[in-house]
Amino acid sequence: MKRKAVLRVTAKMLIPMIMLFALYVQFHGDFGPGGGFQAGVIFASAFILYALLFGVANARRVAPPGFVRASLSFGVLLYAGVGVAGLFLGGNYLDYSVLADDPVHGQHLGIMLIEFGVGTTVASAMITIFLIFAGQDPEIGGGER
Amino acid sequence: MILLHLPALQVVVPLMAAPACVLLRHGRIAWALALVVTWTAFAVALALLLQVIDSGPISYAMGGWAPPWGIEYRVDTLAAFILVIVTSIGALVVPFARASVEREVASDRIYLFYTMYLLCLSGLLGITITGDAFNLFVFLEISSLSSYVLISLGRDRRALTAAFRYLILGTIGATFYIIGVGMIYMVTGTLNIADLASKLPAMADSRTVHMALAFLTVGISLKLALFPLHLWLPNAYAFAPTAVTVFLAATATKVAVYVMIRIVYTVFGGPAIFEQMPIDEMLMGLGMLSMIGASLVAIFQDNVKRLLAYSSLSQIGYMVLGLSLANVSGLAGGIVHIFNHAMMKAALFMAVGCIFYRVGSVHIDALAGLGRRMPLTMAGFVIGGLSLIGAPLTVGFVSKWYLIQGALERGLWPVALVILASGLLALIYVWRIVEVAYFRPSPDGATEIREAPLSMLIPLGVLCVACIYFGIDATATMDLATAAAVELIGSHP
Repeated sequence: MKRKAVLRVTAKMLIPMIMLFALYVQFHGDFGPGGGFQAGVIFASAFILYALLFGVANARRVAPPGFVRASLSFGVLLYAGVGVAGLFLGGNYLDYSVLADDPVHGQHLGIMLIEFGVGTTVASAMITIFLIFAGQDPEIGGGER
Repeated sequence: MILLHLPALQVVVPLMAAPACVLLRHGRIAWALALVVTWTAFAVALALLLQVIDSGPISYAMGGWAPPWGIEYRVDTLAAFILVIVTSIGALVVPFARASVEREVASDRIYLFYTMYLLCLSGLLGITITGDAFNLFVFLEISSLSSYVLISLGRDRRALTAAFRYLILGTIGATFYIIGVGMIYMVTGTLNIADLASKLPAMADSRTVHMALAFLTVGISLKLALFPLHLWLPNAYAFAPTAVTVFLAATATKVAVYVMIRIVYTVFGGPAIFEQMPIDEMLMGLGMLSMIGASLVAIFQDNVKRLLAYSSLSQIGYMVLGLSLANVSGLAGGIVHIFNHAMMKAALFMAVGCIFYRVGSVHIDALAGLGRRMPLTMAGFVIGGLSLIGAPLTVGFVSKWYLIQGALERGLWPVALVILASGLLALIYVWRIVEVAYFRPSPDGATEIREAPLSMLIPLGVLCVACIYFGIDATATMDLATAAAVELIGSHP
């Protein structure tokens, strides 16, 4: 890939843009089209582009498997944890209205946190799937270890 | 205060423990977490059951959105009963699994096993507790996807093809289910099961609703492995790690039977729909074919796990038959058989797990002489086998009694004969194993085989005691099953 200067330069320009767009889709999701799932996929696509051009070994250095696995579970735990927080604040499970003083703010905060959890998990899942298939380890799941 | 939120906690606790297991990354610690969580879930299920017996169905509005607009969790007698079955098996399998899984699953994947196990458990609990037809689909996918992974963890390479076949057929089943739900949503504009139950009977006489029922029946039949849609089951059970087989055989297909009862009786309004769509006659025929056909195949199996898998198919036939009889005795017999079969089949597969742990094979010839070398394990197997046959003083007798009674109330004496004949076939395949284990001498030069470790024998013992206790004093289980059946049929006389 050393000689493909055009691809490398373009990718270096694009990757930050893609990531920024992912964050926009993530955090603007409650006003426009978008949300955690789409944002996660877009974010992971920036990462996959990097891995395609600079190699899987480099990509693993950027996102160590341990870190990816941790964020994979962190997203789910954040989602479920917001629900439990609602329980402790006196509402039903996943009742966002009790999360802030004002129910409207509570709903905003709740959906924001939950979508962030979804985004984190989806992005990590996409990265994991790509790395496992790209790793071509003899054992399935070998790339994870 | 916490009592109000038990329906949510029932699903959320195992669901949150699953990713926590991934973070822990250590087999033994993940096991300890799973142990605490599954027993907590069992306690929650018992508390829910007591609440339901005490004060009627519980409704829980997820996120504070009132049903039918929001997702409702609804626990009635049937749901509470199934929750207790699933969590009790879930709680008993974990202590059994520690030794069994360390023997049968690669050591660096053990924490993944418990992750998937807890996910599967929360999926099954979610299916049972939810009062929303679409939410049910989501939990169906959670439990199915995790069970594909669980099956593929088996050491045998054929576990991968078995899991893949289950994945394809299971996905088709789930797709059929969701198409059916889409059709009833198109007609009624609601997904809440209680709301559907009140709106659907008035609109039942339309092509769309008939098609919806057809799609739902086929989809769920795939999930519960009703003949002729059973092809995924024998290999999946035979090549999965034994702890997985115990868990799936005792819970997954049972929960699918529960979904079938829910859809046919609650959503489509019980026996009344049978006058427009002869679903009951079809299910009765297929149920009896399963009972006889699968038992006949089981007689010729040499792999004991496969043999028991085919026997599971025939036992599922009993449940479907009970469902199709459409009277209180029959339906109660089917519902109580969900409990009874969970106990006996879990005991049998656990005994097979103990045998595999010591002998390293589940081929029928490897069992020679085990009656002396592993007396407790084989005694457990015999008790489970007697229940399977339906011998008096075991749980199998109770469910057959009610099923035969249900059939005779309808005047269907040939059905009663089929039930008896299937019991005789069970006698043949159970006897084959008992004969090899007790009357054939162990092969010469066999290495010294000791009894299985205590951590595996105790869960097996508990299940055997349950098999006998609930066979002698069936008041508790029968009362619950009858109450559930009356709730289901009584509301639509």
